[in-house]
Amino acid sequence: MALLAVAAPRLGWNPVSDIDQLLRYHFMLNALRAGTIVAVAAGAIGWFMILRRQSFVGHTLATVGFPGASGAVWLGLPATWGYFGFCLAAAMVVGLLPRRALGAASSGLSEESAVIGTVQAMALGAGFLFTSLYHGFLSGTTGLLFGSFLGVTDAQVWTLLAVGLAALAVLVVIGRPLLFASVDPDVARARGVPVGALSFLFVLLLGAAAAEVSQITGTLLIFALLVMPAAAAQQLTTRTGRSLALTVLIAVAATWLGLAAAYFSAYPVGFYITTFGFAAYLLAASTRLVGGRPRRAGR
Amino acid sequence: MTGPPAVWAEAAAVAVSRRTLWSGVDLDIAAGEFVAVLGPNGVGKSTLVKVLLGSLPLSAGRVRVLGREPGGASQEIGYLPQRRSFDPSLRVRGVDVVRLGLDGDRWGAPIPGLARVSAAARRASARVAEVIDLVGASAYADRPIGRLSGGEQQRLLIAQALVRRPRLLILDEPLDSLDLPNQSSVAALIARISREEGVTVLMVAHDVNPILPYLDRVVYIAAGGAVAGTPAEVITGPILSRLYGTAIEVLATSDGRLVVIGEPEAPAHHTDRHSGHPHADPL
Ligand SMILES: Nc1ncnc2c1ncn2[C@@H]1O[C@H](COP(=O)(O)OP(=O)(O)OP(=O)(O)O)[C@@H](O)[C@H]1O
Ligand SMILES: [Mg+2]
Repeated sequence: MALLAVAAPRLGWNPVSDIDQLLRYHFMLNALRAGTIVAVAAGAIGWFMILRRQSFVGHTLATVGFPGASGAVWLGLPATWGYFGFCLAAAMVVGLLPRRALGAASSGLSEESAVIGTVQAMALGAGFLFTSLYHGFLSGTTGLLFGSFLGVTDAQVWTLLAVGLAALAVLVVIGRPLLFASVDPDVARARGVPVGALSFLFVLLLGAAAAEVSQITGTLLIFALLVMPAAAAQQLTTRTGRSLALTVLIAVAATWLGLAAAYFSAYPVGFYITTFGFAAYLLAASTRLVGGRPRRAGR
Repeated sequence: MTGPPAVWAEAAAVAVSRRTLWSGVDLDIAAGEFVAVLGPNGVGKSTLVKVLLGSLPLSAGRVRVLGREPGGASQEIGYLPQRRSFDPSLRVRGVDVVRLGLDGDRWGAPIPGLARVSAAARRASARVAEVIDLVGASAYADRPIGRLSGGEQQRLLIAQALVRRPRLLILDEPLDSLDLPNQSSVAALIARISREEGVTVLMVAHDVNPILPYLDRVVYIAAGGAVAGTPAEVITGPILSRLYGTAIEVLATSDGRLVVIGEPEAPAHHTDRHSGHPHADPL
């Protein structure tokens, strides 16, 4: 691919020279910066997404980012705007979908699935139309769907950082009530926790995370950072704080390893990040099967 | 008799989907009383609980909880909803669920390891451990709550309702999914807390027998309205038979206790719960 035009980086046995090669080019530095920001935000928000069983919503929001990005490119705008504009707008709509009026907030989610599924199919179709309208862009479709780390601009890094930090700040403020509302909505509501408002706010955070991750892993592989790290961490510990911290750690590690592997080889970054995420999950699951149980039973 | 009543209602009525469930309900429950709310399936017992919590408005009448509008005293109420069971895949420990009952409504995020440096965080952990011990759930509180049995989950949820030392406990069928010995021990525990700490308890129940020895007052809801009174006034064969539309006998044991026999829901309520059978119309 186009990557080979830059240089021919070669992985050797000397880690210092390998890292030196990795950081030699500005595009690679930007990719690592963007990847790190995205991994931290996506890990934390993904952890709550799993807890709230909203993976389907998350995936749909990312899918809506595809026509957003391809439409933006077609109109000559930065793809970042398309991602954030469409994902956040879609998140607003999903967040405002009517829920069951009384109680049962958790079961109200199943009601969304029909509407959301419909939107998801439409979004993919529209995105494909935009990429076709923009002649010569068809090869870029793969990048939008399956990720690419080339051509991350400075402006894009700043945008990712601003949105990522804002999302994390909101999460830090609402963390405990959000956990309460996710685990135990009825009691949380009785305690005066604004369950409905939190659920709306969280869908917005999910929209921001979906837009961020799409720009690294591509629309179709966002679960590599939104699901896999959280799933792996939850295998390793049931303590909420540790589990969250571990999720972020795994997400960042998978991203760095994935970017480095893609840099030194000819295969796409989306594949590598997914692979490292999956490896983390397998490792965590087998650790738990082998040694986790008796230790926990102790106390 | 000083201070406002814990729960007070006057000519209260409620409607869901334009259908009036009950109307003309008067309640006057004094602080520290142990009250049972009884009645057949689908009559609106859980709906009464939602009204008291402020999540459902009355269609007529007035209601006060701890002297305030419903929802205004949420900090001083411990609530146990009806029949929750956590998803088996939920990887959150029982002790964390109890902890959410203590400070889950505070903004901010939990910081791991804070208990080592902050005295307030240490006190909070100690209170959680104390209340888990009180309900006898210490042995399994560190396991993921989704993997616990229904009865184990129920005890932890009772601990969650108690952890903030509420003035009013609203428990919607807390004995459900407990076996008979556990029903009496949990009933005794709740009664003890009610007496020792002066907590008002409003307990929705299907089977009155395990709580009968502790009850100060009974509220029977039947199609349309409600009857309130002391157990001796309300728990009589003719009144119960009329309310449930089935022959029910009440016997007095030698030590003056009452035993309800033939209560329709008691043995079979797990099977007839979802069948939506029409209730015979009493009153
Ligand atoms: N959100 C709702 N919309 C429409 N009808 C409702 C709603 N919630 C409850 N109902 C109806 O109100 C009636 C009373 O329900 P409620 O849950 O209060 O009964 P209950 O007395 O607690 O019964 P159970 O003993 O089975 O718990 C039922 O007929 C129920 O179908
Ligand atoms: Mg009920």
